[in-house]
Amino acid sequence: MVGITLTTGILLVGVLALVLAVLAKGGAPTFSRFGLGFLTSSHWDPPHQQFGALPFVFGTLLTSFVALVLSVPVAVGLAILLNEPISAKITGPLATFIDVLAAIPSVVFGLVGLFVIAPWMERNIEPLLHSIFGWIPVVGKLFPALSRSASGHVVGAGGDYFVAGVVLSIMILPIVTAISREVVATVPRDLREAAKALGATRYETIRMAVLPYSAQGIAGAAFLGLGRALGETIAVSMVIGGGASLGASLYAPGQSIASAIASQFNGATNQLQRSSLLALGVILVALSFGLAALSKMFVSRGARRMESAIEAG
Amino acid sequence: MTSLEVRQLDAWFGKAKVLKSIDVVAADRAVTAIIGPSGCGKSTLLRCMNRMHEEVRGARAEGEVLFGGQDVYAPDADPVEVRRQIGMVFQRPNPFPTMSVFDNAVAGLKLAGRFPKAELHDRAEKALRAAGLWEEVKDRLQQPGGRLSGGQQQRLCIARALAVEPQILLMDEPASALDPVSTLRIEELIAELKRDYTVIIVTHNMQQAARVSDSTLFMLYGEVVEFATTQKVFTNPEDRRTEDYVTGRFG
Amino acid sequence: MAVAVADRRPLATGLSRSRWMKDRVFSAFLLLCAALALVPLVVIAMFVVVRGVSALNINFFTKLPPGPLDPPHTGGIANAIVGTGMIIGLAVVLSVPLGIATAIYLSEYGRGRIATVVRFTANTLLATPSIIAGLVVAATVVTWTHSFSAYAASLAISILMWPVVTRATEEVLRLVPQELREGALALGLPRWKVVVKIVIPTAGSGILTGVMLAVSRGLGETAAILLTALGNSYMNTSYGRPTASITLDIYSWARQPQPVLQELAWGAALTLMTTVLVLSIAARVVSIRRQRRLA
Repeated sequence: MVGITLTTGILLVGVLALVLAVLAKGGAPTFSRFGLGFLTSSHWDPPHQQFGALPFVFGTLLTSFVALVLSVPVAVGLAILLNEPISAKITGPLATFIDVLAAIPSVVFGLVGLFVIAPWMERNIEPLLHSIFGWIPVVGKLFPALSRSASGHVVGAGGDYFVAGVVLSIMILPIVTAISREVVATVPRDLREAAKALGATRYETIRMAVLPYSAQGIAGAAFLGLGRALGETIAVSMVIGGGASLGASLYAPGQSIASAIASQFNGATNQLQRSSLLALGVILVALSFGLAALSKMFVSRGARRMESAIEAG
Repeated sequence: MTSLEVRQLDAWFGKAKVLKSIDVVAADRAVTAIIGPSGCGKSTLLRCMNRMHEEVRGARAEGEVLFGGQDVYAPDADPVEVRRQIGMVFQRPNPFPTMSVFDNAVAGLKLAGRFPKAELHDRAEKALRAAGLWEEVKDRLQQPGGRLSGGQQQRLCIARALAVEPQILLMDEPASALDPVSTLRIEELIAELKRDYTVIIVTHNMQQAARVSDSTLFMLYGEVVEFATTQKVFTNPEDRRTEDYVTGRFG
Repeated sequence: MAVAVADRRPLATGLSRSRWMKDRVFSAFLLLCAALALVPLVVIAMFVVVRGVSALNINFFTKLPPGPLDPPHTGGIANAIVGTGMIIGLAVVLSVPLGIATAIYLSEYGRGRIATVVRFTANTLLATPSIIAGLVVAATVVTWTHSFSAYAASLAISILMWPVVTRATEEVLRLVPQELREGALALGLPRWKVVVKIVIPTAGSGILTGVMLAVSRGLGETAAILLTALGNSYMNTSYGRPTASITLDIYSWARQPQPVLQELAWGAALTLMTTVLVLSIAARVVSIRRQRRLA
């Protein structure tokens, strides 16, 4: 039995090695042809054999950043809520709802995103944000006036970076919440009671005792969410708008690395294009794995540091 | 003059009644010890005094706890305010690990309002001196509170409690997690503190109670068995059960 | 110095206005978070049900996708249902035994460096985006055979499902008390029999839960299938040829202008979501029953 199971273990390692090898070998021609210029050029032109990954890297990073900014505060709030005794009755159902959210397939998110969320945002939220922030010197450029009329969406061309970011934030909320919740649960009762005994309100207790203790672990949760957001393909490609140029604002259409691979690989006509898409895969994998490792480090480092701080002496 | 008076206090954890009709008074500027075997309810009684008991899910208390003539359990009394005026030190030292020694000491003050920096420093020094910790940490005020030794951490927690100048200091087995040398220091500290504060201390260590306290309350199964001066409780108790306990026949 | 009697403050709230306000604002924020977590779910469920239900009829489950001239409500996703079944079916056959075997290795036999490497690999593959799995299989199998195929899609999904099964199974195996193993070993049973006859049966329904969750994830997959099976407007029962799948159909029809196709997309989304949710709930029920039995 040990032989069989060990073999499957080694096979698993072989699969990972194969994945990395295929990507590396496939992307090699592109990297050797363009070098680091692949990452810095925004010129993606398959017929003319020009490939620059910057628009896709930019799209990936921008949408994931928006997703993080929107989902982390909510996830932390939920993590606190799920650990506080006041809301004992709603904890169970709330946790269940979050689990259900996690189980929804990404293509369904894309469908609802395309037909419901994108039009609603383009009609209501985006103009609203423009009126609130549009006048601020640098930041305002992110929220420009929308030149198209808000009469209806154009199928296949709907969506932009911002909508993709919002849809992504909903999709990563469950995982960030789950880890944050575990982290907050490890805060020792002693610390909370120390704050309470000093006459702290609930908010003050959380600010003084709970959040500082959980800070690193929550960062770890955020990194993991970021990693998931980077790799999300289908929902993003349905609401990000399309187009291989670098968008100038949050309301511009664009592509992410994953959506570019998904939309172009099947139709790739020449070898260099295929290779470039595989090279994009290399970048994506490097980012995902790097973030997963960072996340683990932060979650366990945070826990260890706090334990040793408390047990000193 | 009494600082704190408990009248007919009952307490429950869910359906289980853990305190039954407790009556006790803690004299001003004196140390009152609460002793009894494990599970007799002494910590629960202490935690009822500053309304920490109800922080546990399903826990509640009924009765009166009079503090300066006002009932802590009055309908319009705010638990947060009660805890501001009554200080508590816990069994295991619990300084805030991410805060410096200085920030720990003034944590309670910062909650109370905005104080100018100079005043914060003064009060921190005063509290740390009162806790017998100043000499050891005066050059290390910015270091994290978690770096101190166990005994120092506990004295830091005492300083933290004293900084807000409470009238009453509740101590729940403050030395039981410490080594003998630190324990002795804490006991010496209590003897000094009683000049200015009312101290109520729960302890499972009878000798400690005999050493530091002026009055002693002996509890069994959630009820008061005997409450008298320490001398009387330990040399000439009225109740047979008290005598059995203090002479070590059980518990 | 303790405060003199005359200075004692009332016990009714002495909290300053700003402290009280901050606490109230914070509580409001927490409730807002709860609402924000629920609203998307409710919105998605509502729209999928409302727009999907009108597409459901017998034809939906038994007929092929409609052509441009077909009357409404005559087309369906029969080929996609078959295709999904084929792809996920083969993926389960491949990944579940491998996943369980790997978990057994990690839990019962693995010590030292090899086990660390295997576990690290499992965690890494778990974090792999599904598009990468599809990309790798597309760059190899699909390219070498010059054909999109159902089995290529199954391979890609197996890569994604394998670590899920392993992680879930390993957790359940670890929960089996060590005393059980030691008791059996002390009776003279060889290690492999201890695993097969004692450990696995005890873990039993826990492993089933893990498999159900992995299948649930596989059913929701699109990106990996897109690059490997391509999709098919007709019925296909051969593993070697392009195959339709429910998720792929939703993906492509959502971006078509014809309302008929869009409606079918909603109907397919409703079917898919219901299946995934039923599986998740069933997994949870099995797990709760199991915990009751063990308690």
